[in-house]
Amino acid sequence: MLYALKIAARYLTASKAQTALLIFGVAIGVFIFIFMSALIGGLAELILSRTAGDMAHISIQAEAVDPILLLPGKPLLVQQKSSKTANNLPTAMAFVPLIEALPGVTAVSPQITGAGVLTRGSQVTQVSINGLEAGKESAITRLDSYITQGTARLGAGGALIGQRLADDMDLLLGQSVRLRSSGGIEVVLTVTGIYQMGQGGFDRRTAYVSIGTARTLFAMPQGVTRIEIKLADLYAADTIAPQIKAMTGLNAVSWTVDGAQLLEALAAQAQTGYFLKGFALLTIIIGVASALLLSTYRRRPEIGIMRAMGASQGFVVLVFVMQGGLVGLMGGLFGAGIGYLALLPFPGRDNFQSGVLPIDINQGSYGLAILLTLIGAILASIWPARAAARVDPVEAIGQ
Amino acid sequence: MSALVEVTDLVKTFGSGEAETRVLQGLNLTLETGQLAALLGPSGSGKSTLLTILGTLMQPTSGAHHMLGVDLTTASDPERTQFRNLHIGFVFQFHNLLPDFTALENVMFPTAIREGRETDAAKARGADLLTRMGLADRITFPTAHLSGGQKQRVAVARALMNKPELVLADEPTGNLDRVSAMQVMDLIAQINKDEGTTFLISTHDEKIAALCHRQIAVADGKVTG
Repeated sequence: MLYALKIAARYLTASKAQTALLIFGVAIGVFIFIFMSALIGGLAELILSRTAGDMAHISIQAEAVDPILLLPGKPLLVQQKSSKTANNLPTAMAFVPLIEALPGVTAVSPQITGAGVLTRGSQVTQVSINGLEAGKESAITRLDSYITQGTARLGAGGALIGQRLADDMDLLLGQSVRLRSSGGIEVVLTVTGIYQMGQGGFDRRTAYVSIGTARTLFAMPQGVTRIEIKLADLYAADTIAPQIKAMTGLNAVSWTVDGAQLLEALAAQAQTGYFLKGFALLTIIIGVASALLLSTYRRRPEIGIMRAMGASQGFVVLVFVMQGGLVGLMGGLFGAGIGYLALLPFPGRDNFQSGVLPIDINQGSYGLAILLTLIGAILASIWPARAAARVDPVEAIGQ
Repeated sequence: MSALVEVTDLVKTFGSGEAETRVLQGLNLTLETGQLAALLGPSGSGKSTLLTILGTLMQPTSGAHHMLGVDLTTASDPERTQFRNLHIGFVFQFHNLLPDFTALENVMFPTAIREGRETDAAKARGADLLTRMGLADRITFPTAHLSGGQKQRVAVARALMNKPELVLADEPTGNLDRVSAMQVMDLIAQINKDEGTTFLISTHDEKIAALCHRQIAVADGKVTG
């Protein structure tokens, strides 16, 4: 094995220019593999941070209550569903510490939500009211990162509104506004923060208040309407949601239930990445195989001498497979090195900028690229190596 | 002396049908241990084919081939490869050294492929052989930097590396000038005398043949004398 390695290395160093060219070709393939990995991974990060990054990965809401039959036997007369009772989770708060203790859970945000009307003078706008616990304002949606004026902290009597809502109602930071819930309860609030998420629906239609204010507005002295949960790995939602359901009996729903399209888009993007990376690997394999095939042809007389001296066919195979392995390893390391250096100037995943390719240097799959290149180069060398081993020594020496 | 190699009714044909060529036609030969024998004959007489079969690089079409009591006609390719490595050395007309290796590395090659590495013992024997060939100052030279005569002496050293019982030499001096040719033959004769290694040397040169103990004439695929 060691001796075959020595011969393989000697063959490679004997033709320095040819070997350098071969390694460079492999390195280019590895670079493309790494670049595509970082780009596809970065794109996925960007899409997720712009979508799933601000949404709950698991939501707990009261299950819809079936309409009550008022005349048994024939469903002709039913009671209208009450949104108020259906949305209430009266005992859910007791489970919050348990959910927070689950592995993989990074944040739990109990909320009271509902519809309301914001009034300032003669201007009236319908809004979604979202009551959040103090200190957890940015637990799910990163409100603090979107604040353009004021603060994301919600105190009693304070409200956060979107920039477009503030523009529509000519509201400024520190001004008062009336908020009336769908149940008719009205409170006067002060605008303590203005945010801009870049999504019209939120910026124009959502008002954040403290959970205490929301209890007053919706006459809900206890319980919550929704619990939102964030996970370290959003793809674990399908596993953790059933765990929460089994542990609490609450209706815990993974984001994937309503996010099938997003999942599909991400999967399609990942598949595209696999194809591109596969083509890069294929290029490496074809390149190594053709170069080694030429090498075996050029070295036919030497192979004949080796066989005449008592080298087995297995030894000849080993020499050429090791050549492939060395080329793969060196090309892989070189390609990974230039890949890393080429990706360094791009901003990291936390600093993606519009107009710049969203490349995540941490998702270059460097180790995988080197490993797959090594395996690919070894596989590529098997065919030429077997061809070399079949060389007839008498014929080869006679050349 | 005891029989080292014995071939009986050896036949070798190439091609088939009308294109069939019968190179060896029932050849019989016995080589005794320690012989220095010359194989004489015109081109196309079957000398090289006989050497190739005796070297286990080719199988006869029919007939028996025994060496050291082993029936080599029925041995598999891996068995013949191992046998060749252990018991047979080759010297070709063109040195056939590995060009990217030094003189010592070339000499050690038959041992290194068996051991899987270049052992200290192999290095010592290789260096000793090269010294005996008069190449002590060329041990670490790449073979590309050696003269034709020096390359052929490296090839002789390589053939002797594994202390084979039989060395087959196909026109070993055919590509050398008279002085180099005689140097190589003197070395072969000396080794034959000192170590008792059996040599079978194919040659056209009557002077080279005269240096051998036995002359074997081959014509039309048969031993004629």
